[in-house]
Amino acid sequence: MPEQPGVAAEPHALLLDEAAVRRAVNRLAHEVVEANGGTEGLVLVGIRRRGATLAERLANAIATFEGTRPDCGALDVTLHRDDFAQRGLRSAPLPSDLPRIDGRSVVLVDDVLYTGRTVRAALDALNDFGRPNVVRLAVLVDRGHRELPIRADMVGKNIPTSPGDDVRVLLEEVDGRDAVLVVSRGGVQ
Amino acid sequence: MSTLAIHNARVIDPGLGRDGIADVVIVDGRISRVGPDEGSAVIDADRIDATGLVVTPGFVDLHTHLREPGFTYKETIRTGTAAAAAGGFTTVCAMPNTNPPLDSRAAIESVLREAETATVRVLPIGCITRGRAGAELAPAGELQAAGAVALSDDGDAVADPSLMRHALEYSTAFGLPISQHCEDPSLVRDGHMHEGWVATRMGLRGRPASAEETMVARDIALAELSGAHLHIAHVSSAGSVALIRAARARGAHVTAEVTPHHLVLTHEEVAFGFGADYTHLRYNTDAKVNPPLREHSDVAALRAALRDGVIEAIATDHAPHARMDKEIEFDVAAAGISGLETAFGLCMTLVTEGDLDLPLLIERLTIGPVRAWQLDRQPGLEGLGTLAPGAVADIAILDPATRWTVEPARFLSMGRNTPLGGRELTGQVVATIAAGRVVHRLESVAAL
Amino acid sequence: MTTETMPSAGAPTSSRPAPAWRHQHILDLDNFGRDEIEAVLDTADSMREILDRRIARVPALRGRTVVNLFYEPSTRTRASFELAGKALGADVISLTAAMSSVQKGESLIDTVRTLRAMRADVIVMRHSSAGAAYLAAEHTDASIINAGDGAHAHPTQALLDLYTMRQHFGDLAGKRVVMVGDISHSRVARSDMWGLTALGARVVVCGPPTLLPRGLRASERPAHAESALPPVTVETDIERAIEGAHIVMALRLQSERQQGGLLPSVGEYARRYQVTAQRLARAHPDHILMHPGPKNEGVEIAADVATGDRSIIEEQVTNGVAVRMALLYLLAGYAPGDVDGGSR
Repeated sequence: MPEQPGVAAEPHALLLDEAAVRRAVNRLAHEVVEANGGTEGLVLVGIRRRGATLAERLANAIATFEGTRPDCGALDVTLHRDDFAQRGLRSAPLPSDLPRIDGRSVVLVDDVLYTGRTVRAALDALNDFGRPNVVRLAVLVDRGHRELPIRADMVGKNIPTSPGDDVRVLLEEVDGRDAVLVVSRGGVQ
Repeated sequence: MSTLAIHNARVIDPGLGRDGIADVVIVDGRISRVGPDEGSAVIDADRIDATGLVVTPGFVDLHTHLREPGFTYKETIRTGTAAAAAGGFTTVCAMPNTNPPLDSRAAIESVLREAETATVRVLPIGCITRGRAGAELAPAGELQAAGAVALSDDGDAVADPSLMRHALEYSTAFGLPISQHCEDPSLVRDGHMHEGWVATRMGLRGRPASAEETMVARDIALAELSGAHLHIAHVSSAGSVALIRAARARGAHVTAEVTPHHLVLTHEEVAFGFGADYTHLRYNTDAKVNPPLREHSDVAALRAALRDGVIEAIATDHAPHARMDKEIEFDVAAAGISGLETAFGLCMTLVTEGDLDLPLLIERLTIGPVRAWQLDRQPGLEGLGTLAPGAVADIAILDPATRWTVEPARFLSMGRNTPLGGRELTGQVVATIAAGRVVHRLESVAAL
Repeated sequence: MTTETMPSAGAPTSSRPAPAWRHQHILDLDNFGRDEIEAVLDTADSMREILDRRIARVPALRGRTVVNLFYEPSTRTRASFELAGKALGADVISLTAAMSSVQKGESLIDTVRTLRAMRADVIVMRHSSAGAAYLAAEHTDASIINAGDGAHAHPTQALLDLYTMRQHFGDLAGKRVVMVGDISHSRVARSDMWGLTALGARVVVCGPPTLLPRGLRASERPAHAESALPPVTVETDIERAIEGAHIVMALRLQSERQQGGLLPSVGEYARRYQVTAQRLARAHPDHILMHPGPKNEGVEIAADVATGDRSIIEEQVTNGVAVRMALLYLLAGYAPGDVDGGSR
């Protein structure tokens, strides 16, 4: 069974189209470099799966305007989540693949920031790989409804949602096209 | 004078060659008359309407473990004989592997004393060897004088060939059958079930059929040497059947019994249970028994032997055990099946599957075992296994068509160790009469 | 609102769809399908990465208790489970129940129930009686992992073997795997046969006739029971068995087999059945050599090949922890009728 039902039959609204996603990614790339004061010591660590894809895009974008491509890594947080007991085997863990992070400036990258639990798990997991000088958070979409004291340093787009909605980021590398959708889940409210 | 009349039953009495609708009249605990309409003429009688039912002589079991003395946490003479009555048995031969074993006059007498108040008749079997140790002969003459009807070290074989030879020779002075548990100990060492593909699947050491067959062959040769009466207990393999068949054809005095479980179940029962699903393995200690359940081909050979008389008796090898003996690791669990209360229903499988007809099945449960051991020559047992006028009124009333589900928790035996729990059987013992007294009746049968 | 067609296999948060898993216990591999074995091996890949981290510990099983209940001595398997449990953040308790044959059988069910009452979530059990883990599983709702039951099964070792073989060959379908030695008494061989045949390998077992259990040849089983044992080829000639083999596994020979009358002598066994360089020359050029250990060099395996470049015996030990982590993780996620839900 797929982890979430397909949305083909569900009512949904298009929040960002392809061009809007591209603009948001480019804006994020500039903010990342800005916040770091250049690319020196910069490491982009994407949270699997779409966060990792986004991190690669950000690195490519930075390469085009900075001339150097920052190191990229992928972090799998499945084994660091605090809701394993509730969720069970929703997904199979994948290996993480990180460059050296000790003393460097890590930017965690994810597609959607919601409750903050994924980011908490990612911060936890990062500890096991080393001790960065600084960790910042970049997300494509912040949809609100935090359950932990976590905020993003760089946001592509703030999208107010109701908890019954489901925000989906689609990326070409994974989903065949770029878009951000909000899917209403009737009755979840 | 008390009189009991059973009306309008199909009376099957193979010992007397009777099979037909008749009444049975019992006066003061003995059979008075059997015949059409005999009951109507009797006045002032208790009456049982057995229309649609089958009336037979009470069953005779040559192989019952009553566990008393010594193992009364597994079974007692009282509970074991109550279970016998529930299974239609009115005579049970009690195996001597008790504690102390029945290897002395005093031990035999104490069992008989306890059995005076039991539900059905108990005929004790004495040990072949002192203490069942397989080293010295037990006092056969004394055991017989005390009331032993046969000798056996059942549970173990008499392994030493020379000792077995002497046991057989010595028994000829008393005409006592020697009932041997045929499994060569060195061939079954550390074995816990039939040696074959199921044992391999389960990672268990096996007890090969040849362990039984080599000893059957040896003991037949020794019986022929001495002219003694050898009885092969619980025959389980096709190879043993062939050996016994040949010995009998030569005129050797060899008799044999087979258990209901060996007639129906196979080694698959141990691992897969009923309705085999080979992906789900179990270690069912309730199907652990010695000799072990074997293969389909063995079952077929045993049924054929029972049909043609090479095996003349069905014996239960009722071996009750406590939960703590069975609910443990397979290799240390006790071997044995609590069999008295399911014997008739399980054996009816052979009738429904067309291997035997009902009268022949009744024969193998009644006069067959009696003749095998000539039990009706014992004083007071004249007419045993029949409904002959003057015989003690031991009777089973059967409904061969009823379907029922085995519920071990409702057994009268203390041993609930059966692999048949939850299984539906066809054919039920409706009532049992021992010495003229109704000792078992199904609650559901209002007519009784 | 639009209603255009959307990609339906949307699994936005996950790395990979949830693994195929339907086991509360791991008793043997006889009830594992190819997809389930692959789920374990894939998960083990992820676990290996964790073991390479500076701090090789994740909190996935925090608050869960794993009890090692060993009725037989074992250093490797027990240590492997201890490390696996700890790397996943579980509390791990190891009990060695020294046991004489008199005590045997008295208390297994009680012990398991007591451990469950003390909140054991997983009980890893090794026992000298075949079926002991099945008995335990019948009497508790904790997960039972069979870490060896008599001569019956050793599924976690088998999964480790499969993992190691897969690392070398990728897909095992069609690969010829030869197990040489005391098949009768080998719980590893039994579990390996199930796992390997489920993955499509061609399995050959080879040993002297006294050490081959009855019933392995299909001709020794009735037709209706064809599927009751894995489809393997049985050989008594090692040269023929090893011909073209991709994987050769030498099983440990216990010296008791000689006293038990099953073998004339260990020396004769070595001459007839030892895995030697000369015999391995008949194997596939890319073959690997395995041994479930502990090995008797000079008996079932020649010293030079045991330490040679085809031998992956050390590697097997390293992979053991990852495979056992995968199993603990998957068992912790077992939930009959689990419904999707939850937040990011």
